Amino acid sequence: MATALTHLPDDRLSELLHGYRAASRGQRRRALILALTIAALVLLAGHVAEVDLGRLWQHGGAFFGYFDRVTMLESGAGRVWTDPAEWFWGWRKWSLLLADTLLIAYVGTALGAAGGFVLSFCAASNLVRNPWARGAARRFLEFCRTVPDIVFALIFVIAFGLGPLPGVLAIAIHSMGALGKLFSEVVENIDMKPMEGASAAGASWAAVVRYAVVPQVLPNFASYALLRFEVNVRQASVLGFVGAGGIGQDLIEAIRKFYYNDVAALLLLIILTVMLIDLGTERLRHRLIGAMEARA
Amino acid sequence: MNRSLSLRDAALADMAGIRARHPTVFLPLPASRLGALLLCAAALGLLVFGLWRLDFSPARLVDGFAQLFHFLGLMIPPDPGTWSRTVLILKGLAETLAIALLGTLGAAILAFPLGFLAARNTSINRAVQFLSRRMLDGVRGIDALIWALIWVSVVGLGPFAGVLAILTSDIGTFGKLFSEAIEAADRKPVEGVTASGGGKLHGIRFGVLPAVLPVMAGHVLYMFESNTRSSTIIGIVGAGGIGLMLSEMIRTLEWNVVSFIVLLILVTVAVIDAMSGRLRAALAGARPA
Repeated sequence: MATALTHLPDDRLSELLHGYRAASRGQRRRALILALTIAALVLLAGHVAEVDLGRLWQHGGAFFGYFDRVTMLESGAGRVWTDPAEWFWGWRKWSLLLADTLLIAYVGTALGAAGGFVLSFCAASNLVRNPWARGAARRFLEFCRTVPDIVFALIFVIAFGLGPLPGVLAIAIHSMGALGKLFSEVVENIDMKPMEGASAAGASWAAVVRYAVVPQVLPNFASYALLRFEVNVRQASVLGFVGAGGIGQDLIEAIRKFYYNDVAALLLLIILTVMLIDLGTERLRHRLIGAMEARA
Repeated sequence: MNRSLSLRDAALADMAGIRARHPTVFLPLPASRLGALLLCAAALGLLVFGLWRLDFSPARLVDGFAQLFHFLGLMIPPDPGTWSRTVLILKGLAETLAIALLGTLGAAILAFPLGFLAARNTSINRAVQFLSRRMLDGVRGIDALIWALIWVSVVGLGPFAGVLAILTSDIGTFGKLFSEAIEAADRKPVEGVTASGGGKLHGIRFGVLPAVLPVMAGHVLYMFESNTRSSTIIGIVGAGGIGLMLSEMIRTLEWNVVSFIVLLILVTVAVIDAMSGRLRAALAGARPA
C-alpha cells in the first residue's frame, strides 16, 4: 500500500502561515509588554533594595560556609554528628523550651479558634442580616489577621512584660483573624434547610446556631484549626526573637553570639518538630475529612 | 393543632413502650459521644495546664490590658511626626515592596526546576524525587525571620539580606506548590507527545508546561501578597524594610508613629491584595477550559 503525504501548494501554505502569524501577533505583543514591565519593576526594586550581586558573589560562599561552620565541632575534632552528646549538650533545657513553644502554639490556637468561632457567626452574611454589625465584625477580623503576629508580640511585650504570655496573646489574636475569616466562609456555605426548620419551630438565634449550624460546620472548623496550629508552631518558634517566649530566644542568642553548634542543634530541633507536627496534623485532618465523607 | 396534641399525648402515654423499642436513643451517653467528650476534656485539660505553665495570672492580664488600652489612647491620632521621618517611613515601605517582589520572583525562578524534580511524574527517579522533597521540606521548616538572621550575618545588614531571606524561605513553599501542580496535571497531553515520538523533555515542555504555567503564575501572585506581609516584619532583625522603623518606634514608645506605620501597612496590603486578586481572576479566566 503506497502512502503519500498530501502537500499543500506553496501559496496556500504561505497564506496559512501569514494568518497564523497575524493571529498570534497580538498575544506575543502582550507577552512582550508584560515581560518588559516585570523587568523594569525588577530593576527598580533591585535599586531600592540595594541588591548587590557582586557582594553576593563575594559572600555567597560564606552562606554555605556558614552551614559548614555550624556543623563543625568547636574543638575542631570533626563534624557535630560524630559527637551527639557534645552537640546536644543542652538538650534538657532545649526540649523544655521546645515543649513550651508547642504549648504557646497550642494555647494560642485554642484561644484564637474560640474567638474566631464566636466572631465567624457574627461575620456570616446568612446569619446576621444587619450589614453594620457584619461589617464591623469583618473589619475587626481583617485588622487582626493583617497586622503580623510579631508586631502584636512587640507591643504586648511592652504591655505585659517579657515571657510567653505576650506571645500566646499575639498568636491568639492573629489566629482569631485568620480563622474567623475561614470559619465565616464555611458558615456561609452551609445547607440552609436545617436553619429554616429550627427557626420555623420557634428556636432563638442562639438555638438556631447551636442545633442547625454548629453540627454542620464543626468538622471543617476543626480541620482549619489544625492547619492553623501547624502555622503557629512555626510562628511560636520565632516569637522569642522579640522576647515573647519559646525556643526563639535561645536561637537568636546563639546566632548573634556565634554559638555555631547550638545554632545547628536548635535549627535541627525546630525543623524536626515542625515536620513531625505537619505529619501528625495531616493524618488527623485526613481522618476528619474521612469522617465527614462517611457521614455525608 | 388538636391532632398534634393528641399525637403527643399518645406518645407520652406509650413512653415505656417507646423506650423498650428504641433503647439506644435513650442512653444517657452513646459510646461515640463518650469518646468525643473525653477528647474535649483532654484538650481542655491541656489548655488549662498551658495557661498555668505560661504564667497566665489574672493580675498580670488585668495590668497588661490596662496598659494596652493606655497605649491605644496614645496611638490617636496617627502621626508620623516630622517630615524627615515620613520620608524615612515611605522609603522603608518602598524597600518592603521591593523585597517582596524580588524575593518572590527569585524564589519562583529557582524553585521552577526543583518543582519538576520533586514531582512524581516528571522526576528523574524515586531517589531524586524523595531527596528534593525532603530538602524543600527542610527549607520550608525554617521561618523567613531565621533565614533573615542567617543572611544578615552573611551579607550584612540591609534590604539585600531581606531579599535573600524571603527568596530562600519561599523556595521551599514554591517547590512544594509547583510539584503539586505538576502532579495534578492531566497525563493525556504527555501521552500524546510521547505517541508522536517526543522524548521525556518534550513531554514536559509541550505536555505539562502549558497546563501548569497559569497555575504557577497564580501561586506566584498569591505568594507576592503573602510576602508583602512577611517583608514588613523582616526589618525587626535588621534585614531592611519598614519593620526596622516599626520596631524602633515601638521600643521607644512613639505610639502615634506606630499607629501611622500600622495603618500604612494595612492600606498597602489591602491595595496589593486587591490588585493581585484582580490579576489572579484574569489569569483564571484566561486559562483554557
